[in-house]
Amino acid sequence: MNQMPTLSRRSFVIGTAAVGSGLALGLDIPFGGPTVVRAADGSPEINAWVVIQPDDTVVIRIARSEMGQGTLTGLAQLVAEELECDWSKVTTEYPTPGQSVARKRAWGDFSTGGSRGIRTSNEYVRKGGATARVMLIQAAANEWKVPASECTAANSIITHTPSGRTTTYGKVAEAAAKIEPPADVKLKDPKDWKIAGKGLKRLDTVDKTTGKMTYGIDIKLPGMLNAAIKACPVFGGKLKSYDEAKVTGMKGVKKVVPVGDYAVAVVADTWWHAKTALEKLPIVWDEGPNAKVSSASIAKWLEEGFDDSQPAFVGNENGDAKAAIAKAVKKVEAVYNYPYQNHAPMEPMNATALYTENKCEVWCGTQNGEAAFAATLEASGLPADKCDVYKQMLGGGFGRRGQTDYVRQVIAIAKQMPGTPIKLLWSREEDMQHGAYHPITQVKMTGAFDADNNLTALRMRISGQSILFSLRPEALVNGKDPATFAGLNPTGEAAIGYSVPNLLIDHSMRNPHVPPGFWRGVNVNQNAIYLECFMDELANAAGQDPLEFRRKLMTKNPKHLAVLNAVAEKIGWGTPAPKGVFRGIAQHMGYGSYVAGAAEISVTDGNKIKVHRIVAATDPGYAVNPAQIERQIAGSFVYGLSGLFYGGCTVKDGRIEQSNFDNYNSMRIAEMPKVESIVMPSGGFWGGVGEPTICVAGPAVLNAYFAATGKRLRSVPLRDQNITFA
Amino acid sequence: MANLNVNGKTFDVDVEPDTPLLWAIRENVGLTGTKYGCGIAQCGACTVHVDGVAMRSCGVLVSEAVGKKITTIEGLAVNGVLHKVQQAWVANDVPQCGYCQSGMIMAVAALLKDNPKPTDQDIDDTITNICRCGTFKQVREAIHAASDV
Repeated sequence: MNQMPTLSRRSFVIGTAAVGSGLALGLDIPFGGPTVVRAADGSPEINAWVVIQPDDTVVIRIARSEMGQGTLTGLAQLVAEELECDWSKVTTEYPTPGQSVARKRAWGDFSTGGSRGIRTSNEYVRKGGATARVMLIQAAANEWKVPASECTAANSIITHTPSGRTTTYGKVAEAAAKIEPPADVKLKDPKDWKIAGKGLKRLDTVDKTTGKMTYGIDIKLPGMLNAAIKACPVFGGKLKSYDEAKVTGMKGVKKVVPVGDYAVAVVADTWWHAKTALEKLPIVWDEGPNAKVSSASIAKWLEEGFDDSQPAFVGNENGDAKAAIAKAVKKVEAVYNYPYQNHAPMEPMNATALYTENKCEVWCGTQNGEAAFAATLEASGLPADKCDVYKQMLGGGFGRRGQTDYVRQVIAIAKQMPGTPIKLLWSREEDMQHGAYHPITQVKMTGAFDADNNLTALRMRISGQSILFSLRPEALVNGKDPATFAGLNPTGEAAIGYSVPNLLIDHSMRNPHVPPGFWRGVNVNQNAIYLECFMDELANAAGQDPLEFRRKLMTKNPKHLAVLNAVAEKIGWGTPAPKGVFRGIAQHMGYGSYVAGAAEISVTDGNKIKVHRIVAATDPGYAVNPAQIERQIAGSFVYGLSGLFYGGCTVKDGRIEQSNFDNYNSMRIAEMPKVESIVMPSGGFWGGVGEPTICVAGPAVLNAYFAATGKRLRSVPLRDQNITFA
Repeated sequence: MANLNVNGKTFDVDVEPDTPLLWAIRENVGLTGTKYGCGIAQCGACTVHVDGVAMRSCGVLVSEAVGKKITTIEGLAVNGVLHKVQQAWVANDVPQCGYCQSGMIMAVAALLKDNPKPTDQDIDDTITNICRCGTFKQVREAIHAASDV
């Protein structure tokens, strides 16, 4: 069972090597220079980040991908803040990864995941804006023959203070583009921000309300054909044969082609024709060695990982937890589990490719333009200067579109029809059954108390799947997957908030054949449920209030404690809840941000949960756009609670059983709780926003369920325990 | 061959009568604002108006739509002026990824036509579209904002 789909691992290695000639040059972010680089419309680049048109329109280049999380707007705010430009004249554009490689990786990392979009690029994009401002001011000063130090810029207007003369960015842009950029620039103190730090509206809204926004699925090219695909339903299985003759006469069908050694596609004039024919195509699979794997067999294998004799990687340890547990006056044990989950972005996977012997171009939504570019080089066999990827708006990403399987597939098809643009679209069923699933884990939790009800030890044995083992094996540390311990680490950007005298958290790694992926929140999702629900169990066993019990263990972690206290105060912890309403609380840390949640729920008939209200707090260090942060918090709860209530993917005969939203449901507006957000940036660090809060909704609701019913729910999804939204 | 009336214009489309209206709109008429999400009338991303009624176009056959007035997201604005629901969506900064919003807006526009001042319960009962980004809080606020216009 411990078998990896060989495709993904091999592809990764080749993909990295193929693009190495470009990407290995490392970050060499240029901030302008004497040779004017021109945008497509002829306007001068001040530097790689800023183009200014003669009418003062400011085009800000964004390397990271927008998938709804607001990074496009946030990054533009940061550049505009330092640029001192008129926000109403700001537009954005994506540089292509091909352009970036050709310019020594001018825009740095394109990867948009791990809530990194802003936190890992804010410094150099702000420098891009600041550098451009200095050059624009210098250009005006040169024209006026005055010292630049006598000039200031605001709102895209440059003023020579002594004389009162003014000019605009558009008028001096051409001259500014030729100026040698300053060696270094000082960035503003965030306290002085006027554009960043404000809850400005998104830049991409209008087109999303009129149907004009172009997603990958909407690409139209002259002469384009459409492809529908079916991969072997058992992961790791192969395509044995298919009977093309059965569909060749069908309306619109142009060709039936194998895709790699594991899938087959029908190419037709329209996608509907392609899909209709594909459903009629007789296909024989070699299902391979995984065809008997089931959820039960995986669960049994994971349970075996609880045995102390099984090897395990240690993620966090202090004192001697085993000895302390052996001496315990009182011991509490519990087993929790967390399932496979599909990302199910609203837009199913798709990509469009045009391949000729001399060129390969790809149009797609991707969370990582450079990874898609690397996949394009590898799949096409063409060098970097003959390939490019044109990023489209993503109809949801959530981690799924960081992978490049759909890009490789469309190129494999397009190579069999050179010169014809091919759009490949997965059906929802294909998307559901060929995901990159939230990894499956179980945990055995053990807590030990002394005679005075002090927690003396906490033991956490995680058993289950590693994402990095499959997707980024080079990131394993002597075999250990550090990401498994998100929110449980002794220190760092995902540190545990509790100090326990004897602590042992370890991971028995077991990698079933179902391919895992980064699913919004990733490993904080299960770790927060495991730790925060068990903390509630421990508080209950000690006869203490769950908040007070936590507070005593958090004195050395004031930032964790601050967000917990914030939600406790706002929800009214310690004061009576409305009749029939019960409260639960949770805190965690992930992606550099401190987060907490408190839920109010009521329960009918023991199995219908109404989530009335969730108060959430986050300390992301700096808040670039508080209004968008609030939207990410509320949105993360929809994604997280959909996962908690509905989101399990089960395995039968080696394949995923769920196929569409009828058996893999998602929350609707009627189930949406009132969400009250507390954004409390304390400064001095940059934390993420898109993911961290997702993990506190689940344990807060589960702990409230215990308060309401006296029963613990330790298994996700609740669907499988006949528990639903009221 | 079928004759479809979409957004006030007539289109002769070369499709089989059992083609879902969604695909005729996207691939034959060429209007891509209407989105494919599930194909089984669960998610609502493909919602359009058929004779003024919100319908999930993946579950409507072309043969059933012939002779009826079909309105898609592209046809909601009149003479370049956004519909009040679209205006409320912009004012409340509703969309995140935006993919489900065409269908969401069409469903809400139909709701407000029948029920100009919906209660929260009316909204819960009527708006059943899936949004994986989770814009429901802003959707609800924008519906109330549009119903006050």
